[in-house]
Amino acid sequence: MMSPTQWDLPPELCCRPMAFVALTGLDVTYNAIHRAIWDAFCANRRADRVPISFKVLPGDHEYPKCRTKRTSYEWYIPKGILKTGWMNKHLNLVPALLVLFYELDWDDAVWKEKQSECATKVEIVRTSLQGRNTKVAVVLIQKKTPLPPGEDLVASERAASLCNACDLSGKSLFVLPHTDHLVGYIIRLENAFYEHAQTYYYTEIRRVKSHKEFLNKTTHQLLFVRHQFKIAFFSELKQDTQNSLKYYRTAYSLVHELRTHETNMLEIKAMAGFINYKICRLCFQHNTPLDAIAQFRKHIDLCKKKIGSAELAFEHTAWMSKQFQSFGDLFDEAIKLGLTAIQTQNPGFYYQQAAYYAQERKQQATHLCAHEASVSSPSPDHLETSSGALDFYGQRAWRQGHQSIDPPHMEKEKGGILALQMKEKDVPHSELIIALLSNAVAQFKKYKCPRMKSHLMVQMGEEYNHAKDYTKALKLLDYVMCDYRTERWWSLLTSILSTALRCSYLMAHVKDYITYSMELVGRASTLREEQKSRIEKNLIKVLMNEVPEAEPDCDQASAKAAQALWSDRMSLAGSNVFTIEVQDYVPFVQCKAKFLSPSFHVDDPVQLHVYLRADCPHPVRFSKLCVSLSNQEYNQLCVVEEPCKSQDILEASSQENMCLVPGKTRIYSFKFVAKTEDVGKKIEITAVDLMLGSDNGRCVFLNWRGGGGDAASSQEALLAARSFKSRGRVPEQHVEWDNVSIQANTMIISRIPKISVQLSHEPPALNNEMYRITVSIQSNEETVTKDVKLTAGLKPGQDANLTQSTHVTLNGLEMCDESHPALLPDIAIGDLQPGEKVEKCLYVRCVTTGTRIFLFHVAYALSTKVEGKDITCKCHKDETVTIETIVPFEVAVKFVSTKFEHLDRVYVDIPFLLMTDILSASPWPLHLVTSQLQLAPTMAAMDQPQSQVEQVMLQTGECASECFSLQCPPVLNGTSSVASGQYLISWKRKSSCADAPVVTTVVTLPHVMVETIPLYVHAELPSFGRVRESMPVRYHIQNRTGLVQDVEMSVEPSDAFMFSGLKQVRLRILPGAEQEMLYNFYPLMAGYQSLPQLNISLLRFPAVSGQLLRRFLPSRIFVKPQGRQADDASIAAA
Amino acid sequence: MAVCIAVIAKENYPLYIRSVPIQNELKFHYTVHTSLDVVEEKISAVGKAMADQRELYLGLLYPTEDYKVYGYVTNSKVKFVIVVDSSNTSLRDNEIRSMFRKLHNSFTDVMCNPFYNPGDTIQSKAFDSMVSAMMVQVS
Repeated sequence: MMSPTQWDLPPELCCRPMAFVALTGLDVTYNAIHRAIWDAFCANRRADRVPISFKVLPGDHEYPKCRTKRTSYEWYIPKGILKTGWMNKHLNLVPALLVLFYELDWDDAVWKEKQSECATKVEIVRTSLQGRNTKVAVVLIQKKTPLPPGEDLVASERAASLCNACDLSGKSLFVLPHTDHLVGYIIRLENAFYEHAQTYYYTEIRRVKSHKEFLNKTTHQLLFVRHQFKIAFFSELKQDTQNSLKYYRTAYSLVHELRTHETNMLEIKAMAGFINYKICRLCFQHNTPLDAIAQFRKHIDLCKKKIGSAELAFEHTAWMSKQFQSFGDLFDEAIKLGLTAIQTQNPGFYYQQAAYYAQERKQQATHLCAHEASVSSPSPDHLETSSGALDFYGQRAWRQGHQSIDPPHMEKEKGGILALQMKEKDVPHSELIIALLSNAVAQFKKYKCPRMKSHLMVQMGEEYNHAKDYTKALKLLDYVMCDYRTERWWSLLTSILSTALRCSYLMAHVKDYITYSMELVGRASTLREEQKSRIEKNLIKVLMNEVPEAEPDCDQASAKAAQALWSDRMSLAGSNVFTIEVQDYVPFVQCKAKFLSPSFHVDDPVQLHVYLRADCPHPVRFSKLCVSLSNQEYNQLCVVEEPCKSQDILEASSQENMCLVPGKTRIYSFKFVAKTEDVGKKIEITAVDLMLGSDNGRCVFLNWRGGGGDAASSQEALLAARSFKSRGRVPEQHVEWDNVSIQANTMIISRIPKISVQLSHEPPALNNEMYRITVSIQSNEETVTKDVKLTAGLKPGQDANLTQSTHVTLNGLEMCDESHPALLPDIAIGDLQPGEKVEKCLYVRCVTTGTRIFLFHVAYALSTKVEGKDITCKCHKDETVTIETIVPFEVAVKFVSTKFEHLDRVYVDIPFLLMTDILSASPWPLHLVTSQLQLAPTMAAMDQPQSQVEQVMLQTGECASECFSLQCPPVLNGTSSVASGQYLISWKRKSSCADAPVVTTVVTLPHVMVETIPLYVHAELPSFGRVRESMPVRYHIQNRTGLVQDVEMSVEPSDAFMFSGLKQVRLRILPGAEQEMLYNFYPLMAGYQSLPQLNISLLRFPAVSGQLLRRFLPSRIFVKPQGRQADDASIAAA
Repeated sequence: MAVCIAVIAKENYPLYIRSVPIQNELKFHYTVHTSLDVVEEKISAVGKAMADQRELYLGLLYPTEDYKVYGYVTNSKVKFVIVVDSSNTSLRDNEIRSMFRKLHNSFTDVMCNPFYNPGDTIQSKAFDSMVSAMMVQVS
């Protein structure tokens, strides 16, 4: 903390005034009870307790003497506005209430003696407060808890007598029993004290007000202000802040009514400042911040022009600075207590303005206090007073109390002013300014003003520079520089850089010096040409390890010291190589590097251009340019180097290769052959380095990360792209700098293969077959292709299920299975001579249908020559093909009865037919080799089933059918569903070669319902009849149950037939036995005729109807007409 | 009349800045630059939905002891800043508005020039003379 200065507001002004109550008769050091009482008064003074400041004083304490009251103001001429001691006197010295503590119980044995001792003590206190309105109160400290009022007669009697003896009113006598509830009693006590204090301050206000009638406006102007201030201050002590504010406002306007002249200007301003502070403080306290701000603005407007003595102008600015600072403090304090500030109205502005005035003060001080060293402070010291302090606020030590317009002694006045100037010289101005600025920075940071913050930081940096603390200055400037750079405010950046350059010069920081110079001579700088030229020359000197010339605006002594530092640096060997990362600056050399193509084939040389351009006023020579690439092996191939002698730097000739002429674009091209290992990799420019200077002097590497560019170039490129100029035709050879774009990386890709890969196959593939794809590879290379390898199969990256269901093999003679992979890698083909052609057959088996993509990847190696270098290139060619897999045929299966009627169930031991249809879906002809029926045990074939489709060719859409006669053996329970077995079809494409494997497709036959019936009927009759020719019909009726069956049979008559046999019969059939019924039918009509219907009913199984049984019997027969004599040919034709 | 007039690009770099020659030019540059804090805050305070109805004139940005800084933002986020001397109390809000309108019109003319490249600093004589007419005349 800095010691308080003349300008700081007195602490008694800044505190919150509280009623002052003095306590005597307490021995807080040795008496534990007294200590406890005192602690209860002091401790935990929170906002809910009454605002009183307590003090323990000894009984014989001397209070400030009260001067005899003036009875008339007639001849009184005031010497000043406000005495310096007044506020403190009423805050801390003159109590509003004096409380005497005395240990006395009502039933004390020596009551009389004690009473008189107490009265004496009261008397002593009264005497020492002679003339004051201070109230006196007595507190009796008692050991016993008092009885309720009115009950203790002794107490009331003795209380009255004590009041009488001490000349106290009853209200001023208190009892404090020190029992358990001490704090409660204390709080009640202090509330009572507070009331007394209020009364005291009220009378004080009345007293001061009463003076007013004696005053006149000509001689007592100062007193008007003084009295108003006092009333306001007493009101504040009384905690009547509303009225207090009112009185302060009146006081403020009275201050400005005073006649001002040079001698009392300071006093008036001091008082105005005090009153203004009080008003603002109260306004903030009343939560009316706008009033506070308005008052402050008014205050500043009124006082701004009241400069006072021109020789002491710095006093005015110091005072102004303080005004702003204290307002800022008040504002900030109010914010901490809950006020909300906004971006455009926050304490930062006041601190900033305070800093501004502090800067003004400093300037005025340097201007006004620039005395010769020989001038010393005049003696005797004019600033000393006899008491060591001033009597009135804002007066001059050498003429206190003087109120007339002209100073009393001209000589003394001069001496005083000189003394003040000498004193001002020792003020640490920069320190003050920086403290204010950093306060402001903190505020602006809080209220989202980044630019304001940067601006203030620049000012701080400049102030540090003035204070010769260059390290801190550079730190601050460096910090904000990039903000201005990214926002592209070049004028501001230039100004900051110039300051920074000066700092680095004065510290002889070589690297910083070079960095700042580099930017100052570059295109972002707004300096004039001759300035740039000067800086560039200095830069060249530094590069040659010489001492640069001093920056302008450096004072002589510092410049001299800097020269010495630079010379030291020069003699210092080593550490003369600097690398400066220029990416984030705007250096005077611009760089753009580009690969000529985004990708290069490995057999083409990689080409890379580096474009350089200088923006400085004079040509620059450099000694080395190197490009760093992500694969460092190429770095040595991308270097231009030409060590220069030191004089070359000075006389750079524009003809030279290593010389950059301002405004001209120079291109350096590099070419190298990529390594074959880098095929498929990215090559990136990681950095470009430009070396300035020489190894024997100093050398500086300007380092661009990536392919060049700097803080400004991206925006420039954007503008150039928008520009109408870019659309115009630019002649060849001429390079427009803005049109060069950075290309910092390139891909090395494999050589273009000169090989043809052709596929021949017959799509679509059929499910499960060995699908043949013929790959023919032909070399079109001019030399031998070595180590040709084919990778073929399912292209990776498709549905994972496809990998499981696709199998690839080279062997077309065997069916492949799960053990075969989906992709066959690296099938060696061997070497291929130029023009040679190789064919390879590949078989693919697709277990599921769907679309698949197949990949055919041919890789080989080849020796070739690039730029005179032999390299072995790996080339590859990819071919893909999409193949659909479909089912070759559909198989339909159905069960029919021997009468070709559709069956939804079959009957035990009764033959039926199984029919299969094979419908070709393949676009290519199919060759069905054979088919086979594999019956389940629950089925039996009627005869040896033989394939009926053997060696059948199926064209697209054709159908091959087979029919098998089957029957079911008995089943356990009446009805059940049984498996039928499998149907195997062996086939291949018609186009496939003879030894191609046969594909077997298995079709699972459907389950069928089998039912047991109790009775089976079948008829035996000829295949046709002839009109009027008898034909025998034999019905066989089998009992399939284990019971004897009663069967009732009848034959219904028919129009078409006459018949003979049993027309209606009832018979019994033994278990398992068969009954034969013979009829002779005699057809009467030709054509298809219904046979006479046979009705059978089982008496035991009424469920088995004749209808069901009739299904087994033929219902019609073809009857031939009666021809001429038997004609074999006609029979055959039927 | 103004003591400093500036046109600031959308990206917040100066397109044109001109101040009364007798005074410290750099100080005005800083004043204009710091005023962008308030401009940005005011633009962002207006909700996105309201952006179309936003008034271009931003009013008094912030008062300093010596100057008043006024702002104006075009729909393309180009900012105009006018700095006026605090002691110049004769200037009303309406006059400031009309100055901005004039500035905006003249700026539109500059933009309409096919040879002007948007984003470049303004080097138009017509614009210059219009600005000169609005500046405090220094005898």
